[in-house]
Amino acid sequence: MTLWMIVTRDLRLSLRHGADTLAALLFFVITAALFPLAIGPAPETLARLAPGIIWVCALLAALLPLDRLFGADFDDGTLDLLLLSGLPAALVALAKAIVHWLVTGLPLLVATIPLALMLNLDPDVLPVLLAGLLPGTALLSLFGTTGAALVLGARRGGVLLPLLVLPLTAPLLIFGVAAADAEATGQASAAPLLFLTALLAAALPLCPLAAGAALRSAAE
Amino acid sequence: MLDVQEIAAIRGEQHIFGPISFCVPPGGATVLVGPNGSGKSTLLRILAGLGRITAGVVRWHGRDALADRAEHGARVAYVGHLDAVKSALTARENLGAGADIGLAAMALAHLADQPARFFSAGQKRRLALARLACRAAPIWLLDEPTLGLDTASVARFGDMLAAHRATGGIVLAATHLPLPLPDAAELRLA
Repeated sequence: MTLWMIVTRDLRLSLRHGADTLAALLFFVITAALFPLAIGPAPETLARLAPGIIWVCALLAALLPLDRLFGADFDDGTLDLLLLSGLPAALVALAKAIVHWLVTGLPLLVATIPLALMLNLDPDVLPVLLAGLLPGTALLSLFGTTGAALVLGARRGGVLLPLLVLPLTAPLLIFGVAAADAEATGQASAAPLLFLTALLAAALPLCPLAAGAALRSAAE
Repeated sequence: MLDVQEIAAIRGEQHIFGPISFCVPPGGATVLVGPNGSGKSTLLRILAGLGRITAGVVRWHGRDALADRAEHGARVAYVGHLDAVKSALTARENLGAGADIGLAAMALAHLADQPARFFSAGQKRRLALARLACRAAPIWLLDEPTLGLDTASVARFGDMLAAHRATGGIVLAATHLPLPLPDAAELRLA
């Protein structure tokens, strides 16, 4: 079995369970749409807050499907077969992170465009917001996969998971919003974006290694 | 040849089994017997490289088998208590590469494109066993493989086991039911 076979198989499963897959996206859209109701429809206020709202909502929405990322495979015995597929456990974890990004991160990126317009974000800032969310959502998938592997088999793992993953995501939020704010106020936005990309470069090898080790110990 | 030397398992503070030693030659079969909780499933998971080994060494063709667990996984086909069947996928999609060989071996070809959620418990078990035939893994580790199977399926599974052993593959099975494994060695766990 190759990494690509795990990815295509899990993508197919996500398509068959379409309602579960759409849930995270709908959660993202609905929570972001609640903010104008809560803080008032003043266009300047919304434009000022839009990057922060979108980042926080994307972060929370990406957490939703993590509970079942390994949970379903753990419960039905598929995880054992994945660990015996001949692939290192780290690559199994990487395959899961890729699937999480494709079915959650990528749709969130697309949905950001209409949401940003709805929140009156300056159209010139939108490309920078998206450029931050691109590595940002990939990092969320990597951190989330690691967290999901760590709590696997623990009782009430679903409650533990946000407590474990959300603190890790603080730098993403800070630099992602900083990039958009810098662009909105006419400053250079490259530095925070580069920092996000650097984080991704570090997390790409490290998170699957940690998640793979956690999967091994969960199977024991 | 699988050579198991003095292996033992401890979980927490509890001693599960061992130390035990045995050897399975090419084409050989060993049936693990013993009361519930005697460590049969734990032993199979250790030999698959899934469980943690407390003491001893497992050798495959003279080399430490568990040194690289990913590499060891490729030579192992494991059927545990759980069928690992995804109900949203069809029988063929569940098996993946080499599906047609497996489906033919367990007489499931006519159900190949049915989603597995329509399968009975016995049919899901047959699908889990069909997975064994899909890839040419030399070591088969089977945990209660025939639980819930009808007699015709047990006979077909017997043919699969015989074909596997004829090519030099080895079989280790934990069971309480009689298995179609002629001249298998018996390993009793206390």
